[in-house]
Amino acid sequence: MPPELIANVFIAGVLTGLVYGLMAVGLSVIFGVVRVVNFAHGEMMTVAMYAAVMLFAAWKVDPILAAVPVAVAFFAFGYVLQAGLINPFITRPEHSQFMLLVAVAMIMVNALLMGFGPDALNVQVDYQLESFAIGPILFDKARIYGASAALATSALLFAFFKFSRTGKAIRACADNNLGAKVVGLDVKHLYALTFGIGAACVAIAGCMIVLLVDVTPVLGPGYTLLAFVIVIVGGLGSMPGALLGGVLIGLSEALAGLFFDPSAKSMFSFALLILVLLFRPQGLLGRRS
Amino acid sequence: MNRRASILLGALLAALLALPAFANDYLLSVVILILFFAFSGQAWNVMMGFAGQLSLGHSLYVGVGAYAAAAIYVHFGIGPWAGIWLAILVCVLMGSAIGFLAFRFGISGVYFALLTIAFAEFTRIGFDHLDWVGGSGGFFLPVVRRNVNDLLNLRGSPVMFYYVALALAGGAFAFCAWLLRSRVGYYWQAIREDQDAAQALGINTFRYKMLAIVISSAMTGVSGVFFAFYYNNLFPEQIFHISRSIELILGPIIGGLGTLFGPVLGAAVLTLLAEGITEVMAMLGLQIPGVKQVFYGLCLLVVIMFLPNGIWPTLSRRLGLERKATGSDHG
Repeated sequence: MPPELIANVFIAGVLTGLVYGLMAVGLSVIFGVVRVVNFAHGEMMTVAMYAAVMLFAAWKVDPILAAVPVAVAFFAFGYVLQAGLINPFITRPEHSQFMLLVAVAMIMVNALLMGFGPDALNVQVDYQLESFAIGPILFDKARIYGASAALATSALLFAFFKFSRTGKAIRACADNNLGAKVVGLDVKHLYALTFGIGAACVAIAGCMIVLLVDVTPVLGPGYTLLAFVIVIVGGLGSMPGALLGGVLIGLSEALAGLFFDPSAKSMFSFALLILVLLFRPQGLLGRRS
Repeated sequence: MNRRASILLGALLAALLALPAFANDYLLSVVILILFFAFSGQAWNVMMGFAGQLSLGHSLYVGVGAYAAAAIYVHFGIGPWAGIWLAILVCVLMGSAIGFLAFRFGISGVYFALLTIAFAEFTRIGFDHLDWVGGSGGFFLPVVRRNVNDLLNLRGSPVMFYYVALALAGGAFAFCAWLLRSRVGYYWQAIREDQDAAQALGINTFRYKMLAIVISSAMTGVSGVFFAFYYNNLFPEQIFHISRSIELILGPIIGGLGTLFGPVLGAAVLTLLAEGITEVMAMLGLQIPGVKQVFYGLCLLVVIMFLPNGIWPTLSRRLGLERKATGSDHG
């Protein structure tokens, strides 16, 4: 096998992994603060992908630009979902929250199926088949843009949580819920904001991934599992961990597809997940609670 | 359980025994489905409802049990009554491996749930590439004439499958009723309510959680054997899929977690709901894919929001089926 091929697959894996990472950052932020595992995460990703496809079909909006309005819409959607539906479930047991989000996921997948049918849809932009070349090494343009968007969004999010008043307040809720209430923070509002932020991350990731794969309604559960695997590997609740996990999973998928069978690629991800759960259950960059 | 409940249970059992005399094939197939979900839901309930360990990967045991019995039937001609023991053995081995790893390394809650999903998905992809049992193309059992009942090889008419399913669901109900009243059952409930307190009282929590996963996986494996011989075709993509795990646990959660009637009631409500929606859709001439599941999802949402403990605890209180002055025990 020529080394250039391996290098190219390696790079493609890392770049795709960063987009996966952004999706997982959304899940990680929501879990880290609200302590609810969003079982509808992949379904939300699929909805964002459809939104990007529709914007492209209607007005030829480039998915990279479409990410902005879709993210805003998803922020609002996430806020309403948390404020209206999930907040009453915060104190309920885990299986109850799980069922709630499974029902939400089921409605999303099938609403998409009703609206768009089971066939795969995609966008076609002229840079999809182009790449930057450095010697024999190729960097796909679509992947570079996607990875850059993922990194930029993550940096923005990091700055928000680190420096803004609201970001600090959200971290306070995550650290000590009762303490946050005592000092007068509106915890429910901050939870809703957090879910909105998580949803916006998924929206951006969805708009980017649509440049790389065709979308069908049934992609949802697969992406949900992928996001779980990534955040567990990286450390549930850790943002850098989610990006690192995304890169590792993207890489393992790409290399497994190259050296073994592409259809067996997620087997390696799940094997990695099982190993991490057993030997470092808090994840690679997670803190022990 | 009080007197009125015993009478109702007896009446229900009598009605179920007599059902094939006046039911058509369609009704029978619906009730078989209910009994299948009642049985597998009961199995899952042992682990989550009794012992409080949330498994979201029970499709693993359905699939492995189904494939084990089907494979030795197709390849070696060994019938399901022997195959069932192989299915139980394999499921118990897998269940105890997962349980040992999880409980030894102190994995619980969400992490445990995700670990069970990971094992199920890992196995699904493995079976996709296992050519001995057909890989992703599916594995098929020979279908024979339906008018000859061969109970030994579980080949026959819907009525025969109906009674087998009834025996399984009834047996599981009685077994779980006994478990819940046994010493082990009380240990499980103590672990479910407060694991640290249970340990402080001298309960070996590791041992009893292992026992829960072993019993639960063995029972689920048996349901897989029934599945294989009833449907005659197995696809890794379907049988190991996470949506099957979810399907399996909806019944007990909707019906009432940790109760004996919950899994039965939940299975009946959900199956009838799904069939009812299909009927209504057919009557209205609607053929848009997905409408049915959207409605189903909305119904789930409503039940979860307004009946957090499931239907059975509320229903049994309304019907006056509970013994006076029992705490959280809805047996």
